[in-house]
Amino acid sequence: MPLAMSRTSVPVTVDDEKCIAHKGCTVCVDVCPLDVLAIDMLKGKAYMKFDECWYCMPCEQDCPTGAVRVDIPYLLR
Amino acid sequence: MNIVEMHTDVLVVGGGTSGPMAAVKAKERNPKLKVMLLEKANVKRSGAISMGMDGLNNAVIPGHATPEQYTREITVANDGIVNQATVYAYASNSFKTIQELDRWGVKFEKDETGDYAVRKVHHIGTYVLPMPEGHHMKKVLYRQLKRARVEVTNRVVATRVLMDNKGQVAGLLGFDCRTGDFVVVRAKAVILCCGAAGRIGLPTSGYLFGTYENPTNAGDGYSMAFHAGAELSNLECFQINPLIKDYNGPACAYVTGPFGGYTANAKGDRFIECDYWSGQMMQEFYNELQSGNGPVFLKLDHLAEETIQTIEHILHTNERPSRGRFHEGRSTNYRSRMIEMHISEIGFCSGHSASGVYVNEKAETTVPGLYAAGDMANVPHNYMLGAFTYGWFAGTNAADYCAQHEGGGVDQSRIDAEVQRVSAPLGRSGGLPPSQVEYKLRRMVNDYLQPPKATRKMSLALERFAEIADDINHMSAENPHELMRAMEVQVIHDCARMAAHASLFREESRWGLYHNRVDFQARNDAEWFTHCHLRKDGEDGMQSFKKPVEPYLFPLDENEKTAYQRLRVVTPAQSA
Repeated sequence: MPLAMSRTSVPVTVDDEKCIAHKGCTVCVDVCPLDVLAIDMLKGKAYMKFDECWYCMPCEQDCPTGAVRVDIPYLLR
Repeated sequence: MNIVEMHTDVLVVGGGTSGPMAAVKAKERNPKLKVMLLEKANVKRSGAISMGMDGLNNAVIPGHATPEQYTREITVANDGIVNQATVYAYASNSFKTIQELDRWGVKFEKDETGDYAVRKVHHIGTYVLPMPEGHHMKKVLYRQLKRARVEVTNRVVATRVLMDNKGQVAGLLGFDCRTGDFVVVRAKAVILCCGAAGRIGLPTSGYLFGTYENPTNAGDGYSMAFHAGAELSNLECFQINPLIKDYNGPACAYVTGPFGGYTANAKGDRFIECDYWSGQMMQEFYNELQSGNGPVFLKLDHLAEETIQTIEHILHTNERPSRGRFHEGRSTNYRSRMIEMHISEIGFCSGHSASGVYVNEKAETTVPGLYAAGDMANVPHNYMLGAFTYGWFAGTNAADYCAQHEGGGVDQSRIDAEVQRVSAPLGRSGGLPPSQVEYKLRRMVNDYLQPPKATRKMSLALERFAEIADDINHMSAENPHELMRAMEVQVIHDCARMAAHASLFREESRWGLYHNRVDFQARNDAEWFTHCHLRKDGEDGMQSFKKPVEPYLFPLDENEKTAYQRLRVVTPAQSA
């Protein structure tokens, strides 16, 4: 079956300047109930890998450096 | 799939609210037992209360309410269809649970004398206890898990209860949603604490994860109990909630009510006497929404500045803290604008309504060794405090059960069959994406099952679901994460079928909007004053049957019986 790639705007954004994933931090990835965040191994930064967000905010609240921001998903905004 | 095998005595599935309590109490009851808590996400932030909770909705506190009075009120709110023994067991232990949580460090609102500051929201009694600092709930629970030395296994998705050859529980099967390993946990008793079935219907926004319930609670517990042969009770009594439109989180009349906020129509007028969530209240809400006075709003704009600041502090730091951000985006300031509300998608939940896996007052299901607690276990209107209390019962009783039971042999073919089923989507390439199958399935649920319910629509729903069953066999998953979504689609499919099947069986209307059947408009006590149970029948079938309502411990008087049918505000006659 043919598949297409569709662009999507994601609700969770990470400030690369502040993110310390390259030092081994995985807090936001650990606390996400839906397991939608991941660490980009090349950049050493966290990012939203799957657009499956409950906008519940543990990732933002528990981030030790304030690098994570949760916006309301566009479809609901 | 690589297979990982683990052993324990008591296995608790789900680390949200009732799960941690069950695990801690099982360990306390018998410290020699091995107790494992298995969680699909991470226990630190999992379940319905991942960001805490702003209050107790059903605290039965001496001096403010009695267990007997609470049991009567829930019986009335639930149109009489309750096993009073289960509600009473909750109510008589509710205060003990509050005291335990208090000792653990949960902060409840108290007055200047140190007494709990309970508020009135229900139609008759006083049971709401605010927790303005309730955002620390999960931290408190985590500390207790560590202290009790409960073994925690995160990121494992449970898919089936493993049964032995004697028909009793022998453990659990599932997979790791990061590594893709297949997991077999051998256990003597399993406690399902998997939350509501919150992903049956589709939110009006169309965003799959914009549900009222935490979307990890896809209905896994309902599906697993069903496949284990357990009975499910009154599933046709759907969960439908009044929520903030689009945001789909609670508008929170429970929180704002005691401060003077209320549900209003477009004219700013009150139209219901009581904001407590019941089927009858939802019916009035729906009627107003559909009328010329619609839509419906939460009205706070008449309140004083200090009061609004207090409300903002509670609502924007607890339970669903992103609501402040949502209001900001829509330029909704509580001081100047009413908050537009709407009704939610359908789901199963006993915490809010009465659709759940049948349990007795010991938290036992109808399957030996299988227990259930929390939103998925059928104790009507149990909410968070009921989840903790029944988690406690389940933990204690499962620990005792372990001491008395030896497991029978397990047929390896059962495990092999589940490995096959679970791994299938990983083996297909270019199949249907789980997200598309899920969208279509849930859209059909909205089209055909959202009340008011019509017979022909529901039988059409079953036809569509049968076609989607075929699509499910053509789903593919590119990685273990997507496999988790593929398995959830199957859970949602089971729940959608049960919702239609159970709703078709009860040929009357009851519980206001929750089971409003347009072609059986009246409530029919002569034939349907009964529980309706559902269980698995053969490989793929479902069977519904009546189960008599247990004799009441506290009979109702005639006036009391109809209290929840008189929720609409009576408009005084206009003088000439």
